[in-house]
Amino acid sequence: MSIQSIAQPVRARAREQASTALMRRRTANGAALVVLVVLAIIWIVPILWAIDTSLKPEGETTAVPVSWLASHFTLDAYISTFATTNLPRWFFNSFLTSAIISVVTVILASLAAFAFSRVSFRGKNILFWIILAGIMIPGQILIVPLFTQMQAFGLVDTYWGIILPQLASPIAVFIFKQYFDGIPHELEEAAVMDGASLFRVYWQIWMPLARPAIAAVAIFAFVISWNNFLWPFIVISGNNMMTVPVGLSTVQTSFGIRYAQIMATAVLGGIPVLIVFLFFQRQIVQGIAATGLKG
Amino acid sequence: MSDVSLQAQASGVQAATQERRRSRRWRTDLIGIGFVLPFLIVYALFLIWPVILGLRMSFFNWTISSIGSSDFLGLANYQELFGDPAFWHALGVTLLFTIISTPLLVIIALALALLVNRAIPAGGLFRTVFFAPFVLPVSVVALIWNWLYQPGFGLVNGILTELGLKEVGWLSDPSIALLSVVIMTVWWTVGFNFLLYLAGLQQIPVELNEAASLDGAGAWARIRRVTIPLLRRTTSLVIILQVIASLQVFQQAYVLFNGTDGPNFSTRSVVQYIYESGFTTYRVGFASAMSYVLFIVILIVSLGQFVLFTRQRGEA
Repeated sequence: MSIQSIAQPVRARAREQASTALMRRRTANGAALVVLVVLAIIWIVPILWAIDTSLKPEGETTAVPVSWLASHFTLDAYISTFATTNLPRWFFNSFLTSAIISVVTVILASLAAFAFSRVSFRGKNILFWIILAGIMIPGQILIVPLFTQMQAFGLVDTYWGIILPQLASPIAVFIFKQYFDGIPHELEEAAVMDGASLFRVYWQIWMPLARPAIAAVAIFAFVISWNNFLWPFIVISGNNMMTVPVGLSTVQTSFGIRYAQIMATAVLGGIPVLIVFLFFQRQIVQGIAATGLKG
Repeated sequence: MSDVSLQAQASGVQAATQERRRSRRWRTDLIGIGFVLPFLIVYALFLIWPVILGLRMSFFNWTISSIGSSDFLGLANYQELFGDPAFWHALGVTLLFTIISTPLLVIIALALALLVNRAIPAGGLFRTVFFAPFVLPVSVVALIWNWLYQPGFGLVNGILTELGLKEVGWLSDPSIALLSVVIMTVWWTVGFNFLLYLAGLQQIPVELNEAASLDGAGAWARIRRVTIPLLRRTTSLVIILQVIASLQVFQQAYVLFNGTDGPNFSTRSVVQYIYESGFTTYRVGFASAMSYVLFIVILIVSLGQFVLFTRQRGEA
């Protein structure tokens, strides 16, 4: 018997095994897909229902039995939302404060991280650990003393009152340091030979190279401060100074049971962040993944 | 040039370099501190100082606008706190919320990640759907769920009655209200843990699963024996972050129940009680004492978990 004739049935059996494995994997994938579709529908229904309600005439939202349909769909709820709330102003406040927080967080954290990564100054390790320890401080427990501080500074009900406590982000320093540590030294040597100052090295060489880290930190800082509820809720009292989340939390009481209008407000409040998310999905997902893998 | 003069020159150069090195040392220190200083100032003012100020305030009969800031009470605020049934109730609500929500938020996240990680068409779309609620502001989430939970014309109860089941008092039944907060929170935040798990899964080499598969391990056995043990690091991280977040529960419940404590105070958490003591009854010192107790609880729980997980990792 030749070797080939022995090998033949073995190979055939292997092929058969592989094909049943493939088939089994296909059915498993099919089952997984069905489960996922069902879950995805459950996940998306609340948002669809909110949009659906917001487009109904106000009188038909509370009809029983519950229905996705209405006699007609209308934008009335959106029109009266704009007419009766400060929504455009809340958007402006949120945008202004989040943009400032985002930019300043990037600058402060990257400057500090650059020093921790590239300058060997005395006390640097201790300082770095002191800053990292800040991650352990839960933000919610600081609201009372922070408010007292803001009163002392006369910053209650101001933009700076919203902004200042949200600027120091130890995690941002950590992310930048991780990134800077990965940049090879050789890249700056030529510049240093030419007598460039460390600040120029930071600004003209390091920062352009750190674009992905800048994007991640900037987007995160923006979304987190845009969504921050507790602090602006405490430091702001005037309706004109409210951010979107704080303003939205007041409509339930002021609209009463005008559900189409409440949902229109919710949809308007949610759309900007959803758009930002869809645009920057890759950076956001990678940012979370990176922190997770390194943490 | 003679040897002697060369030597003299060399030692002169040496002294000069030493001098220069020392001054450069100082310059480097200054430059380093200079880079860190802007961050450090903001950090000290708005993170470290409030921690110290809060501790100080907790020993005084401090009320809003710093009235009573010189009225030293010693530990009286803490004594009052531990004798206050409302505090123990709020702590119970917080712990119960943490105990119910954490396993759900970990297990559902893992399950979703395992499903999406299979080579499935439109995997990216599913990732988007499950993560999207996480980016919504808390008020948007709570407004939508308040509407979903309404009796009679609310969608959830509408579906229940359609199926011939009894309506549930999601917003009115004291024994259900906290569960309503849990369900809403799972919908809202599970996407974050899901992403962490997805990232963890993508780190696992495909060959490992293939090898196990060749050894005859079924899908379930592979998940249990290969995938989950390899995800241990991710699981520790997810659990620690989740417990810290759950112990600070407040805002979603506050907006869901329209700024109230829920039926029969059933959703008043510690942070909500801190907020009420500090900003509606203006007992700032008392609220600070409560903040510190919560801080200590969070610190102990997270350090405990950290020790537990690192020891486990050491054994494995």
